[in-house]
Amino acid sequence: MSQLLEAFRLAQLPDAAEAFRAEVRDFLATNLAPAAPAVRARTWMGFDAAFSRRLAQRGWVGITLPAAYGGAGLDAFRRFVLVEEMLAAGAPVAAHWIADRQSGPLINKFGTEVQKDFYLPRICRGEAFFCIGMSEPNAGSDLASVRTRAARVDGGWRLTGRKIWTTNAQRSHYMIALVRTSGAPEDRHGGLSQLIVDLSLPGIQVRPIVDLTGDAHFSEVTFDDVFLQDDALIGDEGSGWMQVNAELAFERSGPERLYSSVVLLDTWLQSLRKSGFTPADAVLLGGFTTQLATLRSLSIAVTTKLARGESPVVEAALVKDIGTEFEQAIPAAIEAAVAADPARGVEVDADLHRTIAYLSQISPTFSLRGGTREILRGMIARGLGLR
Amino acid sequence: MFTEAIEAILVDHCTPAAIRAIENGGSAAALWGALAESGFLELMASEEAGGAGLDLDAVFPIFVAMGRHAVPVPAAQRIAARALLGDVAPPQGLLTLAGHAQRAADGSIGAAHVAFGAIADHVLANLDGQLVLLDAARAQRTTTGIRGSLGASLRWTADAVGAPVGDNGAQVAVFSAALHAAALAGAMERLFAMTLGYCNDRVQFGKAIGKFQSIQHQLSVMAEHVACAGVAAELAFKAGEKIPPLLATATAKARTSASVPLVASTAHALHGAIGVTEEFDLQLYSRRLHEWRMADGSETYWNRIVGEALLGSATPSVLQFTMEEIL
Repeated sequence: MSQLLEAFRLAQLPDAAEAFRAEVRDFLATNLAPAAPAVRARTWMGFDAAFSRRLAQRGWVGITLPAAYGGAGLDAFRRFVLVEEMLAAGAPVAAHWIADRQSGPLINKFGTEVQKDFYLPRICRGEAFFCIGMSEPNAGSDLASVRTRAARVDGGWRLTGRKIWTTNAQRSHYMIALVRTSGAPEDRHGGLSQLIVDLSLPGIQVRPIVDLTGDAHFSEVTFDDVFLQDDALIGDEGSGWMQVNAELAFERSGPERLYSSVVLLDTWLQSLRKSGFTPADAVLLGGFTTQLATLRSLSIAVTTKLARGESPVVEAALVKDIGTEFEQAIPAAIEAAVAADPARGVEVDADLHRTIAYLSQISPTFSLRGGTREILRGMIARGLGLR
Repeated sequence: MFTEAIEAILVDHCTPAAIRAIENGGSAAALWGALAESGFLELMASEEAGGAGLDLDAVFPIFVAMGRHAVPVPAAQRIAARALLGDVAPPQGLLTLAGHAQRAADGSIGAAHVAFGAIADHVLANLDGQLVLLDAARAQRTTTGIRGSLGASLRWTADAVGAPVGDNGAQVAVFSAALHAAALAGAMERLFAMTLGYCNDRVQFGKAIGKFQSIQHQLSVMAEHVACAGVAAELAFKAGEKIPPLLATATAKARTSASVPLVASTAHALHGAIGVTEEFDLQLYSRRLHEWRMADGSETYWNRIVGEALLGSATPSVLQFTMEEIL
C-alpha cells in the first residue's frame, strides 16, 4: 500500500479533548445568539467582532498559541473540538478565524521576539484581525507569479501592487502579504517574501467585492507606494514560498473542510421530522451521515499527525479535496430532494429554502479557497510519487 | 504480528493460480487446511475454548487481508462464526454465513446469494432472529451462473433444520456486512497498488502514463475513495467488542460499497483493455468489488438504516448523532 494511504488509520480524539467539548458547548449555549439557519450557514464567513471578542475573553482565540502571549496553549485535538462545535452550531467565526488558524501560528513560528510580543497578545485579545494577501488579478492558482513588489528603501520597504479575493480585508487590521522582494515573476518561487501590512497606512485602498448572495466578504486591495517599516518582514527574505506552504497545511487540514454545509443538513433533518419523509430521503440523509462519519475520521487522522508535530501537507490536501466535494454535494442533493415532487404538501419551509439557496450559490468557493481541486490533486499525485 | 503470519500463509497458498483453480471448481482443501492448521480461524474463540480471545480491533487487519488476497474460501466467515457461536463449537469443514434466511409457506428454508454457498459445508444462518446451523450438503444449491462466483442460493426442507444454537441470529447479517466491508477495503488497497504500479510502468507517447496530469488526477481521486473505504471499514471493528455494532457496521458497509463504482472503474480505465482479460490479475479483485458491494446489502440499504435511525432519534444534529451512535 502506498505510504500516503497508510496515514489514514482510524484514530480517536483523546479523552481530554472530549471533556473540553462540554466547556465549548456551555460557552456557545450562553454566548451564541439565536439566528436563522441561513445566517448560521455562513459560519466561517460570518463576521461578528463582538462574538470573537467574547470568545477571546474566554481565552479561546489564539487557541494553539503559547500562554506567554495570551494564547490558550491547547493541542491540535482541542482545536479540532472547538472548531467542530462552533461550525456545527453555525457560530460567526470569520473575524478572528484567519489570525487564530494561520497568521498567529505563522508569526509564532517565523516571527522575531518583537513581532511576537506585539502581534500575538493582540490576536489573543481579539483586537487584531488578519487577512491573507495571496491571490492577485493575474496570480490565482499560479501563486508563484505574484507581481506585487516591495522594494528596499532606507529604514523599510516601499510596497506597490494589488491583491484580490482577500477575505475580509475591509474589516481586518493587518494583512500578511506574499510579495516579490527580488527578481521577477519568471523567477517563480525565488525572491518571494511575506510582509505584515498595517491596513490603516496611507496609500492602501480596500474595495469590497459583493458576491452573488449579496454578501461582501472578499475584496480587492491596492498598494500605492506604501511605506512599511523594516520589521514588516516576517521570517526570512526570500523564504516566502516555503512559509506560505507551511501556512497552507494549517488552512487545509481542519474540520472547516467538512462542515460548511452541516447547518443545512440539520435544518433539512428537522424539516423531514416535521413534514415526513420518503425512503429516498432516508437513504440520502443516511448517506450524508455515513460520509460525515468517514470524513471526520480522516480529519482526525490528520489532526493526530499535527498533534505529533508533523506537517501532513499531502494528507491535508486529500482530506480537503474529498471534504469539499461532500460540502458541495449536500446543497446539490437537498435541492433535488426537496423539489422531488412539486405536488407534495403546500407548506413552504422558507428557512430551509433560503439555506439551500445560500449554500448552492456559495458552495463553488469551497473548492477554490485554500487551493483548487486541480492544485490539490497535483499535490496528492506528488505524494503518490507520480511527479 | 498475526497479520504478518497470515500474510505469509496467504502468499504461499492463496496465489492467483490457486484462486483461479478454486473458482473453476478445483478443491479448496489445501488452502482451507493451511488456514485451519495455523489456528487463525479460532482467533475469536475464547481462551477456554482453545482460541486467542481476540476482540474486533485486533482481528480487523486479518479481515482486510482476506480482501487484499481475494481469498476464495470463507475464512473470514469462519473467524466470525466463532464469535457468533459463543461456547458452541463449530463443525469441521468450510462454514459460511447467511444473514437473511427465510422460511417459506411450505416450511422450507431459503437463503439467497450466500457467499461461498457453492462450496460451503455448513451455513450459520439468521432465521427469524434465531441462530441456526445448517448442513449445506442437505441443501438444494442454485449457483449464481456468474463466471468465477462461488456464491449460491440454498434451500433446505423443513426437516433439515435443527434446534437453534442461539437467539442472536440478527448478528449474523451485521457481522457478515462488516467482514465484507473489511474485504472491500483490502481489495481496494490491492487494486490501487496495482493501478499505481501500472501507471508508472506503462509507456505511451514516450513517457510513463503516470506522468500525464489527467492520469495523475484520476489516481488522486481514486486514492481519496480508497482512503475513505479503509477508515470506514475500521469503524465496525471496535476495540473490546466481539460483535460489530449495527450503526457503525452500517457506516462501514455503506461507505466501502459507495467507493466501489469509482475505484473499480478507474482501475479498469487506467489499465486499458488488458485489465478485462482473464489472464491479468486485476479482474480477481474488481469482480469481487462488485460482488461484495451487493453482499449483505449495498450502500442504499445501509444508508437507509442509518437515515431512519437518525430521523427516529431526538438528536438535533447529524454530527451529534454520528459521534454518539457511530464513532
